[in-house]
Amino acid sequence: MTTTENNKLSIVNSQLSIKEFLDRDEQKDLLRFLTAGSVDDGKSTLIGRLLFDSKKLYEDQLVALERDSKRMGNAGDHIDYALLLDGLKAEREQGITIDVAYRYFSTNNRKFIIADTPGHEQYTRNMITGGSTANLAIILVDARTGVITQTRRHTFLVSLLGIHHVVLAVNKMDLVGFDQKVFDAIVDEYMRFVRPLGISDVMCIPLSALDGDNVVEKSERTPWYTGPSLLNFLETVPIDLDRNYTDFRYPVQYVLRPNQNFRGFSGKVASGVVRKGDTVMALPSGKTSRVKSIVTYDGELDEAFPPQCVTLTLEDEIDISRGEMLVHPDNRPFASRDFEAMLVWMDEEPMDRSKQFYIKQTTHTTRAEVSAIEYKVNVNTMEHFEADHLELNEIGKVRISTARELFFDPYKTNKQTGSFILIDPITNNTSAVGMIINKLESTEAKAESGVITLNLPELGIAPEHYPAVERVCKEIGKQGVELRIIK
Amino acid sequence: MNYKLSHLQELEAESIYIIREVAAEFENPVMLYSIGKDSSVMVRLAEKAFAPGKVPFPLMHIDSKWKFKEMIQFRDEYAKKYGWNLIVESNMEAFKAGVGPFTHGSKVHTDLMKTQALLHALDKYKFDAAFGGARRDEEKSRAKERIFSFRDKFHQWDPKNQRPELWDIYNARIHKGESIRVFPLSNWTELDIWQYIRLENIPIVPLYFAKERPIVEIDGNLIMADDDRLPEKYRDQIRMRKVRFRTLGCWPLTGAVESDADTIEKIVEEMMTTTKSERTTRVIDFDQEASMEQKKREGYF
Repeated sequence: MTTTENNKLSIVNSQLSIKEFLDRDEQKDLLRFLTAGSVDDGKSTLIGRLLFDSKKLYEDQLVALERDSKRMGNAGDHIDYALLLDGLKAEREQGITIDVAYRYFSTNNRKFIIADTPGHEQYTRNMITGGSTANLAIILVDARTGVITQTRRHTFLVSLLGIHHVVLAVNKMDLVGFDQKVFDAIVDEYMRFVRPLGISDVMCIPLSALDGDNVVEKSERTPWYTGPSLLNFLETVPIDLDRNYTDFRYPVQYVLRPNQNFRGFSGKVASGVVRKGDTVMALPSGKTSRVKSIVTYDGELDEAFPPQCVTLTLEDEIDISRGEMLVHPDNRPFASRDFEAMLVWMDEEPMDRSKQFYIKQTTHTTRAEVSAIEYKVNVNTMEHFEADHLELNEIGKVRISTARELFFDPYKTNKQTGSFILIDPITNNTSAVGMIINKLESTEAKAESGVITLNLPELGIAPEHYPAVERVCKEIGKQGVELRIIK
Repeated sequence: MNYKLSHLQELEAESIYIIREVAAEFENPVMLYSIGKDSSVMVRLAEKAFAPGKVPFPLMHIDSKWKFKEMIQFRDEYAKKYGWNLIVESNMEAFKAGVGPFTHGSKVHTDLMKTQALLHALDKYKFDAAFGGARRDEEKSRAKERIFSFRDKFHQWDPKNQRPELWDIYNARIHKGESIRVFPLSNWTELDIWQYIRLENIPIVPLYFAKERPIVEIDGNLIMADDDRLPEKYRDQIRMRKVRFRTLGCWPLTGAVESDADTIEKIVEEMMTTTKSERTTRVIDFDQEASMEQKKREGYF
């Protein structure tokens, strides 16, 4: 079946019964991608066309769109797709996109989630937000202007986020007469720039979003182009190898104790694979046990892999709380209170070096401070500068010190355990987000625990007060001080 | 190696993670339950998140007193069967004063019986987190909302001042009186919801399936005469028509569509060949320009 057929057609035209269709459709996988570029690059038009050609635009939306295009559109006689995508009142009034918007469409082969982010310089924050969960990024350039500062900035951010697949969409080819030389020159320049950034898969496609060339179907106007159409590439790019299936990391999210006989540790398999019977180690305590069962609502599993959310029960009764981590004893993460990271400042309020932030990494929250700024990056030129603080949309390599030990891997090998956010303790805003590069002190996961333990029976606290003590401890835990209770 | 999840399994895992995160980080969460298909999926995901244990938070339904009778019946039966702690709250003052869509219009009715009733209930129980079943593909302003959506003391949403939200690290920190609305179904589409209902055999209100129902046409909407509060002037226009509902809300504000779809498969088939988006059957979206955004800012979901 070709990619141009949409769901609607596939039912109407083929002999597939609705039941067969659903059975098959339910098995599709999911690709999340980011689109970066400005309205001038034709980004909205491109997204509009993807939605339009996959028939995700309904009649009433089209009618509203045509009406709005006439009233306040900027696309002449064409439908101004930007009006469809710019959802907020202020955006329509100002003709800009303020925030990340999510769009959904599907073809016969895949479901897609688009994170549509604005291209303006001041919106590095938004692009980072939209890109954090993306498998792939489409970076748009105008064929007339080629690689510009913004292209470099977007590509740098994409590499920072560790997105493995990039499509350089060279748009408006119709305005340069579909000239191969123009395309080749842009590709040449881009590849020279992108190579040192370490993005593994780069695909360059000549397009006209407005006319539809190479968007859904291969265009006859670019006979010299031998690659796939954009949609065809999106449908077929392999993404299942992008996850880490090697290093088992299981941050405990929630302790499930419905009755005396069941004690389960709920969480998401952040990376790696866990099997029934595996020996696992709890961090930071260093205690080991074996996986007794992998429990889900739909029955027990023999193994679990990312991003499955399950509940593990263990052979032995060991005390594990939220924020702690289960791993395989022969494959442990770094354990340290100090590490280096790339930090993106997301807050209007500039970084105050004297401030202690909350740091949230996996399901673990503790206190942290920025102990040093090694340099600040100019996102347009990649040059490094000295800096004593960071401001909104600025990116720097920093050292972070935390109140309690964190268990992590470099972001490069493990996005799940290598990412964190900093939260302002006064405003509660998410002030910064970070990607861990490396630990600073060499400490393999330590066996001994630094957690304060309250042994309630030993302290002579009566059982009827346990819930109150637990409540207080939970509250203190939110301040970054962790207490363990023995009952 | 075959470590592959279907899109539905991936969405399910994402939602379960979000639901557990709220249970772990908040003191007093609540799941808002509208009795609709999205709520039904959300409730099942909560049951999955804590199995074999019980869900550690209650369900709350804001009853506008104008819901379809079948919805209320379904709600009570479901909560009982699955052992949910169900809270039902209404704006009784406005109800006693006779507020309703026919007399006061959809705008006043929605504000008093839904938005104000919700805000009052959230304050009454001091909930610090409230799950809602909204999806980003429903409406333009929702497409820009975070999964953890911060609300100030007055429950207001500020679209220009949203917290950055990266990876699956959710910022749950709030000051006293503030709250977070949580949307675990953010990344689900209408089709995903139906496929999941089919796959998981999730019970839904029978109004979603086509059946002969007493219908009167009001301003182009097919309104079902669900009780005797239908104004006199419409009563002799009631005709039996085979219809179903794509969304459920207050019966005078929810238009039916003519349909023969009486199974989930037929509903999906109809959906895929339809030319109208799902919210066209919602009268409230057309009240004013950017009306959903406005309602959201004021505290409506």
